Amino acid sequence: MADITETTDSNLGAFLKKTSTSTFARIMRYGLSRLITLFITVVIGIYLTIMIANMGGYVDTIMRNEIRERITQSVLTNKAYQDMAPETRKKIAQDLILVEEKRLRLDVPVAVRSLNYLTSALKLELGRAQNMTSDNGSRTVRLILLERLPATLLLMGTSQLFLFFASVYFALSLSRNYGSWIDRLVIALSPTSAAPSWFYGVFFILIFAAVLKILPFGGMVDAPPPETKWGYSMSLIKHLILPVSALVISAFFISIYNWRTFFLIYSSEDYVEMAKAKGLSARDIERQYILRPTLPNIVTNFALLLISLWTGAIVTETIFLWPGLGITLYKAVGLFDIPVIVGSTIIFAYLLAITVFLLDFVYALVDPRVKVGG
Amino acid sequence: MNSVKKAFQELVRYPSAIAGLVSVFLLFALAAYAMIAIPYSQALLLWRGGEDVWYQNPKFAAPSWFNYFAKVKQPVSFVMDETSAGAEKVVEVGEQNTSRINITYTFDFSYDAFPQEILLYFDANYKEKQPFVSIYWLTPDERKIRISDFGVDSRQTFRISQDEKLVRRLSGLEPMQGLFVGEDGKTPLKGIYKLVIEGITFEEGSDINAEFVFHGTVYGLFGTDHQRRDLVVPMLWGAPVALAFGLIASLGTSVLTMIIAALGAWYGGWVDALIQRITEVNLVLPFFSILIMVGTFYSRSTWVILGTTVLLSIFTGGIKVYRSIFMQVKESTYIEAARAYGTSASRIIFVYMIPRMIPLLIPGVVSSVPAFVFLEATLAVLGLGDPVLPTWGRLINDAFTNGALYKGLYYWIMAPSILLMLSGLGFAMLGFALDRVFNPKLRDI
Repeated sequence: MADITETTDSNLGAFLKKTSTSTFARIMRYGLSRLITLFITVVIGIYLTIMIANMGGYVDTIMRNEIRERITQSVLTNKAYQDMAPETRKKIAQDLILVEEKRLRLDVPVAVRSLNYLTSALKLELGRAQNMTSDNGSRTVRLILLERLPATLLLMGTSQLFLFFASVYFALSLSRNYGSWIDRLVIALSPTSAAPSWFYGVFFILIFAAVLKILPFGGMVDAPPPETKWGYSMSLIKHLILPVSALVISAFFISIYNWRTFFLIYSSEDYVEMAKAKGLSARDIERQYILRPTLPNIVTNFALLLISLWTGAIVTETIFLWPGLGITLYKAVGLFDIPVIVGSTIIFAYLLAITVFLLDFVYALVDPRVKVGG
Repeated sequence: MNSVKKAFQELVRYPSAIAGLVSVFLLFALAAYAMIAIPYSQALLLWRGGEDVWYQNPKFAAPSWFNYFAKVKQPVSFVMDETSAGAEKVVEVGEQNTSRINITYTFDFSYDAFPQEILLYFDANYKEKQPFVSIYWLTPDERKIRISDFGVDSRQTFRISQDEKLVRRLSGLEPMQGLFVGEDGKTPLKGIYKLVIEGITFEEGSDINAEFVFHGTVYGLFGTDHQRRDLVVPMLWGAPVALAFGLIASLGTSVLTMIIAALGAWYGGWVDALIQRITEVNLVLPFFSILIMVGTFYSRSTWVILGTTVLLSIFTGGIKVYRSIFMQVKESTYIEAARAYGTSASRIIFVYMIPRMIPLLIPGVVSSVPAFVFLEATLAVLGLGDPVLPTWGRLINDAFTNGALYKGLYYWIMAPSILLMLSGLGFAMLGFALDRVFNPKLRDI
């Protein structure tokens, strides 16, 4: 990611370069240029998504069918037409369908139309779901998806933050005790990260829910939900424990291993030896001389990790019946609800881009090269 | 050859590499055995088979070897026909073309739980007059219970537990309990049981055969699922499918990534820029959702999914790593020399540059196998697995959708999970060790 950052920064930031030289402005400029490039990237990504979804003409077929059904129904129930012969009514319906298709621009070439889809997809205006409804009873795809967003954000946010801080902490302490038995244990355990989070989820459910019966099998709160705020949050936390642990454990050992390696590489640098020789405290050395220069690497590494974590979220939510976007996608697959499938793919693309952007921003904050404008 | 040997010697110094090698080897052995023991077409037939193929098996049966460890011994399933040991068929020809046919099935029941079901599959041949049978049950304490009597069709299935009259005769107990229960009224009575079928035929050449099917609560090596299927089939066949998917995907991805990185590094300019941009777009493409879209809209065949996986995995972080190395290789003197005597670009890329990267490729290929093995399982868990192939992921999906965790049918989830873990860990550990052997930078850390 550092590579992307540098190239785009030089391309897009060039014309902004002269405006200001203060650190704040530099970071803002960097953030803005990253935002623009990421937005372009997302647009291309969503366009590809639409092309994949529509390659078999699926989106068109849905729209045509919907128009046909709606208009045939309205012609059949219209009292004004009821005395007419069936052929005439059929003719009227046929004409109306053609007009409607023209109005929705189904007669224009695919290339132009796909651009129309793109703009509505970017705004998540994907029309109505075929079989699914939101909890409020709405059938609008946008509402179905946005209603689920907070649950996913809660689950993923908790696990990502926990993963980051816990593994940085452990990695630092391991690099201090390099070669100890616990260090070796972590190295030995790092291949376990090959298994995805849902896999650990199954085991956690088996152990803690089915056998020990101390934590719930799944869901987000008890049924019926507790009435007090305190009770509600407690119930939420109880339901969060297993999915968060599954998500964290699936990436925990490999990230500790990776970061510990970074720390070890940086702690053998000459300036660290120098700092030790000067007699600085171990804490200062760790913070100022090891953690600082490693952070950009860690952030980059973490970004890649998060992308794979997002991927695992879909199945993890399904396994734990967590009412988020992932399980919505899973249900949409089961019900063959195409607008919802396309919609959740798009929202996942947005979430990925936002994750990348936020981490890029953190990267800008911790990387002196960006601050100084190297 | 010498360098391979040296690398191997280096490798076996790591204990994790040995463990990895062993489990990968076991996996290959399992896959080979699966393909020899159950040919592909037969495996598909078995996996897709319904009641007609699997009627002999109980539903939701745990593996038989559980009995070695359990305190409460569960009844093991078995099947008997007239030719098996413990079966006896006596034919007495009587007057006016009638004959008496007595079939006795004797079996030893020494378990602590009641069985699921006992079935008799009658196969009678006659022209007009149906044969007639009476079925009796003899318990170890010498009680004789009349089960039922009826005229037999040419093919007829008789399920003992579904006989309403028998329930009444057993004073309201479920037949499987009523027939086996001991004096205490709770636990089954152990000992030799007999099932006697007394038949009469009314035509010359008319005959009765009956297959005795005993559905216990444990079965075979891996148990059975909700469709009575023997889980040995998917457990065995999961290995070749997982290996093929994992190896092809990881090899395909790595080789293509390397070639594209080499092309980008060699030609530079817009080719390189294009590759960089595609990689950036691919980073925000939700890989999994797209696979789901392809799975739902086009095809669930493993090959289509495999192809899409490879396509989407080419342009990832790996391409940057390879590119930066190729940039260095491109500047080296032997490439300069090759250029000087006018070697073609394709020869330089494919014969001079790429082969140099093979030591880097090997650990990469091996360590990305687990990700793809698990990807196949993940898709299956989402219900997007190949509809015809028996795989481990399919098994976990079936178990999950049938509530195996709620019902306590842990064997159903544990067996495929353990094999998945074994294959994932095996390749991951091997890849880790290979990485250290081929990347000396990591060796000391």
